[in-house]
Amino acid sequence: MTAPSAPAIHRAASNGDVAVHTAALRKVFGSLVAVEDLDLDIHRGEVFGLLGPNGSGKTTTIRMLCGLLEPTAGQATVVGIDVVKDPEGVRRRIGYMSQRYGLYDDLTVAENMRFYGSMYGLRGARRETRARALLDELGLRPRENQMAGTLSGGWKQRLALACATAHQPDMLFLDEPTAGVDPASRRLFWDWIYALANGGTTILVTTHYMDEAERCQRLGFLSRGHLIALGTVDEVSHAFGQPSIEDVFIELQRRDEGQNAEAGGQRPEARGETRRPIPDSRFPIP
Amino acid sequence: MLDRLRQSPLWPMLWKELVQMRRDRFTLGMLIGIPAIQLLLFGFAIRMEVRHLPAVVLDESKTTESRALTQAMVNTGNFDLIGPVADREEMRRVIERGEARAAVVIPPDFETDLKRRRTATAQVIIDAADPLASQAAIAAAALASAARNAALAPTTARTGRLEIRVRPWYNPALESAIYIVPGVAGLILTLTLSAITSMSIVRERERGTLEQLIVTPVTRAGLMLGKILPFALVGYVQITVILLLGRFVFDVPLQGSLLLLYAATAPFILASLALGLFISTAVKTQVQAMQLSFLVILPSVLLSGFMFPREAMPTAAQWIGGAIPLTYFLRILRGILLKGTGIEAIWKDVLSLCAFALVLITLSATRFRKSLD
Repeated sequence: MTAPSAPAIHRAASNGDVAVHTAALRKVFGSLVAVEDLDLDIHRGEVFGLLGPNGSGKTTTIRMLCGLLEPTAGQATVVGIDVVKDPEGVRRRIGYMSQRYGLYDDLTVAENMRFYGSMYGLRGARRETRARALLDELGLRPRENQMAGTLSGGWKQRLALACATAHQPDMLFLDEPTAGVDPASRRLFWDWIYALANGGTTILVTTHYMDEAERCQRLGFLSRGHLIALGTVDEVSHAFGQPSIEDVFIELQRRDEGQNAEAGGQRPEARGETRRPIPDSRFPIP
Repeated sequence: MLDRLRQSPLWPMLWKELVQMRRDRFTLGMLIGIPAIQLLLFGFAIRMEVRHLPAVVLDESKTTESRALTQAMVNTGNFDLIGPVADREEMRRVIERGEARAAVVIPPDFETDLKRRRTATAQVIIDAADPLASQAAIAAAALASAARNAALAPTTARTGRLEIRVRPWYNPALESAIYIVPGVAGLILTLTLSAITSMSIVRERERGTLEQLIVTPVTRAGLMLGKILPFALVGYVQITVILLLGRFVFDVPLQGSLLLLYAATAPFILASLALGLFISTAVKTQVQAMQLSFLVILPSVLLSGFMFPREAMPTAAQWIGGAIPLTYFLRILRGILLKGTGIEAIWKDVLSLCAFALVLITLSATRFRKSLD
């Protein structure tokens, strides 16, 4: 699969307008330090990619920023609001799409839409108009009466995106949004991500796919809870003296596994994550 | 204010639960089927034995012979005297409140009748709402009269015989089912409500939708209420099904006010829902939630007076029973259904239930976090 270059973004990425700011952010689960002293700034309107092997702290970071987990130490603001002091204030302004999509299998597409829209305070005609627009845009309209549980991965992903953006959030968190989704759907998904970014939404996305990483304007690499690289695709590649982001990733993974071998190989799940996805021939890209 | 209420995320939460409930035909069927099946099972199958009924004595005769008869009744072991009463009105009140389950009434001319060689008649009045207690009372009456007649036998030439007549109150036909139906109603309510509430919350956690709910601006209270209130509705449907079945299959009467019954059910349902919420904070999987619910409910089955009258239990078991909401709810249900008791006789039990609900809600609310920590 070729890695398409990131489309031009008309917004100045480094205008000093910060959407996410963390300082010495830290999360500890028992004896495991999941995220350690994270200092991160994400600019408004930016598509920021958070990369790293499984267990490197990506999901924990996103969950802290969404107010799903309380940081052990440090501070974090999202769209200018402190996530510890005013988590509800943050929640009103953000959208979140988890790895598991968070859809109700026993509600239809339209009902999931209506439910999540209502949870964000949309009522009556405003909600219906917004729901119709999103369902049309994402091609979900013909399936609006289908149970969400019977949708295939790609359609679930679209519906989850529609639900997460029902309230037009300023900031969108996407945790491995394209895991288990066919390539055609992934391409379409990224087109929508860019459309949202062009509309001024800040995007924080985690991914295992290198072509997707290369579509991000800036990247952060997490390894064992530490942010070990930050910058554009080229900057990160150069910093590690590797020709591409994928090579950086493999190099990091190798280092992690080397450490694991010393530690008695305690994280077998971190292995084998860098394989390229096998393109699904049932869904050829047109 | 009205606008804020209209905008509350509570409404979509309730709407969603009801849609899901309607879709899940199997669970819905179980929720209504289980009470029906349990009711039929218990109603037809259960028989029990009892001793140590609390009893009062209305001794209008106050003679050696009346005291001897009273003692003979106590000696059977089926009665525990809790004291004398002054008149019939007091006796009626004590039985209505459930403080005494039986009363021995000895008329003023009891000894005179004996001495005049007439048949002297004493009365045993029993709260036959519990037919087992009644059987115990009947047996005791028969034993006591036989004992006294035997003692008097050498002198029968000079005295008459004595006779004890048993008057069962509230449930003259001594039907077990009439006692069992209110019990099943209470037990099923508390078991299914705490089980489905805890399972429903844990299911959302397992499927990842709870995570999605937490990132919405719904408040902690809104999230909790949205998850438990729909099941309050289920509780009312269940108790209605049980009452209807009880009425038409087992001829369980409704002596008191239906409105009072439904109102007194509210704190009991709330306590059960809060228990479910609490269980959901302590377990990880739906199976665990189910198991823990059953475990927590077990004392309710054994110690609340649902199957075994509490009077017959050791003191420690009675204390534990006193810490179970079902104990109080059973007294309320049996009182209203079988005796037609009004609020004046059950207000203490209703207050106890409200206290339980309050404590359980506070306890589970402090444990319920709107986060994944």
